[in-house]
Amino acid sequence: MNSARVVITGLGAITLLGLTVSDMWEGLCAGKCGIGKITAFDPVGFSCKLAGEVPGYKIQHYVPKSRRKSVKLMSRDIELAIIAANEALTGSGLVTKGIDPERVNIDPMRVAINLGAGLISCDLVELAPAVAASVTAGKFDIQKWGKDGLELVTPLWLLKYLPNMLACHVGIIHDIQGPSNTITCAEAAAHLAIGEAARIIARGASDIALAGGAEAKVNPIIMIRQCLLKRTISENENDPAAACRPFDADAGGSVFGEGAGMVVLENIENAERRGAKIYAEVAGVGASNNINPSYERLEPGGKGTQIAIEKALADAQIGPEDLDLIIPHGTGQADDDLAEATAIEAALDGAAAETPVWPTKSMLSNTGAASGALDVIVAVCAMTNGKIPAAKNCDRKADGCNLNIIKQAQEANINYALCCSYTYGGQTAAVVLGKPK
Amino acid sequence: MAERVVITGMGIVCPLGHDVETVWAGMLAGKSGMAKTTIFDASTFPSTFDAEVKDYDFAKYTKRPELHKHGNRGSGFAIGAAAQACRQAGIDIETDEPADGVERSRLGIYLGAGEGSVDNDVFFAALVEGWNSEKNEMDWGQWAKVAFGCMKPMHELEQEPNMPAAHIAMLTGSRGPTRSCLTACAASTQAAGEAMMTIRRGDADIMIAGGAHSMIHPLGLTGFNRLTALSTRNESPETASRPFSASRDGFILGEGAAMLIFESLSSAKKRGVEILAEIKGYGSSADAFRVTDMHEEGRGAIQAINAALADAGISYKDIDHINAHGTSTMENDSIETRAIKAVFKEEAKNIPVSSVKSMFGHLIGATGAAELITCVLAIRDNIVPPTMNLNDPDPDLDLDYVPNKARKCQVDIAMNESFGFGGQNNVVIIKRYE
Repeated sequence: MNSARVVITGLGAITLLGLTVSDMWEGLCAGKCGIGKITAFDPVGFSCKLAGEVPGYKIQHYVPKSRRKSVKLMSRDIELAIIAANEALTGSGLVTKGIDPERVNIDPMRVAINLGAGLISCDLVELAPAVAASVTAGKFDIQKWGKDGLELVTPLWLLKYLPNMLACHVGIIHDIQGPSNTITCAEAAAHLAIGEAARIIARGASDIALAGGAEAKVNPIIMIRQCLLKRTISENENDPAAACRPFDADAGGSVFGEGAGMVVLENIENAERRGAKIYAEVAGVGASNNINPSYERLEPGGKGTQIAIEKALADAQIGPEDLDLIIPHGTGQADDDLAEATAIEAALDGAAAETPVWPTKSMLSNTGAASGALDVIVAVCAMTNGKIPAAKNCDRKADGCNLNIIKQAQEANINYALCCSYTYGGQTAAVVLGKPK
Repeated sequence: MAERVVITGMGIVCPLGHDVETVWAGMLAGKSGMAKTTIFDASTFPSTFDAEVKDYDFAKYTKRPELHKHGNRGSGFAIGAAAQACRQAGIDIETDEPADGVERSRLGIYLGAGEGSVDNDVFFAALVEGWNSEKNEMDWGQWAKVAFGCMKPMHELEQEPNMPAAHIAMLTGSRGPTRSCLTACAASTQAAGEAMMTIRRGDADIMIAGGAHSMIHPLGLTGFNRLTALSTRNESPETASRPFSASRDGFILGEGAAMLIFESLSSAKKRGVEILAEIKGYGSSADAFRVTDMHEEGRGAIQAINAALADAGISYKDIDHINAHGTSTMENDSIETRAIKAVFKEEAKNIPVSSVKSMFGHLIGATGAAELITCVLAIRDNIVPPTMNLNDPDPDLDLDYVPNKARKCQVDIAMNESFGFGGQNNVVIIKRYE
């Protein structure tokens, strides 16, 4: 069976720290935190008023002139995906139709796309006038909606909110005609998508794949959902930079945000043939399930996370002692963090006490379907730069957490890095990255 | 040599019934699952009918209904379909001590599953309260008051598209690789193809593959009606879905779940379970054309079909039956026909092409898996299901669409095609197990 080695040859990220990968990496090294009070809407009455919002951008700058009309069919999730994809592809040296139609150097049928996407919430402000036109005696009237309100909804409304539209818009801009998939496993989505993309290349169904995830969670419906599920912080409003505290004794919940991360994956032979810069190898992937009657939470002990890590290590054919860096999911939700720490410890055996662990959500916020991709990218940055920045807001480890959380930035020769994630609903994923040999 | 992958169990909940044999008998008899919408009052919508799952109770399939009580409609259907499929494949459910010889970390899940409905009453009430018509803006404080007061946390969680997979994991104890994808109308065919690849690669011995979805809710119907994708033949729901006919005017919104148990041949032999068919090939592609339309020449569809044939290691001449995407929209049926002609050349007119959406409607994310089940049954019984309501053929569409009557014929290899909004194309090939 065909089983090609798969490497990373392009990186793209848009985060609360800026519009590029270097903005993100430099921000993380400087210990910056972009979390602040929500500006996308007035969060009055919300139990959590903080979020991680990306700085301003003009989407037109990232969409070729011939495609500008499609901008009005884009939800924010789609925009973020386009921006990160643009950086990843441009930096990889691959020339797609969207980058320069005169110099295309790829076969569109041999490029795949595999993205993690969230449950995109509709724009309430856009929908509200139609709802307001469907009211009888102060109450929503479905018959009036069917007659009048519905007509006020823009005809292509639904297309903005289908999760696969991230991959479709990106694929149209860059003319990506190979296998296309969209993984909708919430906070584990991007790791799973990267794993799937790597498998597609390994089995020979494509030579190149754009993989990652994007999600814009700073929307009243999405934020209220997290508030109602009691996953958000409800204190620290006055000190946003200290709000999200993964694995810390004072952890009070997660802070949600928006972002996108994309990587270009490539068959190693393809990458070497064209002399591409190889950032890292996708050495192993693993996936499993947490099973918990309270499926909005990680199961105590995090067995599904443990299995995913064990599978990824086995797939990479390395042992726990070979890992030089772990980027955990670490949301800042105390129970979940404890379960994850327990799972990592169990999967790594004795090596857990030594291996540096660097949670990123205290600085990047929890970007849902984007978060796993951002973690893979920062792991690659750490590997490339030989440096692990300091973890933020883990000043006093929570009881029961025996991980070696990195408090001081340190030089590090990283041969293998592990990223792992899990989500409400149970899916878990782990990705092992290897330094290019 | 990669593992051969076989099918050892199937389950379905759809508008034609709540089990495989009832649904199949209904199809062979040309039954229709369409009727006036009853889930909510759609009487003033452009389309006032749909294809609903009726009289269904997921609690019949589980000893622990409490555990699943918050499930969205799709999750509920998924539980029934998965329980049936597991029973047929001899996989124990709802036990800490399974005696089925299946290692749980080698049992995975791959679904093409859709999101759940918003909590309609609260969703619309909060918008009514929150919208300030005079200022033409939202009063978020007002909105939040209603929303925080009335939204139920678990109902909100259950809108996430990964929830059907969560319920199946709880039902079966699966600890293997689990994914949920949502590539519009092509999702569960994609899930099936990727589930097969998961086993071939050796990442799992058994995969529960399938789909679950219901978009029969006010915003779902609104979205499709605004896209003018739905039939508005309100006076005659039973004959509204008429794929490949000249008078076709859109698809009919359906709902349901379908699950298949895929298993490595060695695992199936070791466990001594009955093998229903072999899953042989998978192809995926993107049109990369427009988010609103399919590529005129069916470029992506052709590529996906060719990729599936190549993956199966067979020629187009080997295909005995095609289960078409056949939505009954002007665009799909024309372009799908064009794509079939491009790939199957001189054979195109000799292959029976059926659209079962003429009977159970369009199950959106779940439709591909449901249609895959009909492919397995067509092989089992050597009979192809009909395309109903095909009384006025479109003169430009001249394949053998098996009009109005099921037909006996030898079927050893069947192909299932699914095409989704945005240009998602997925094709899976099933073969008689020998």
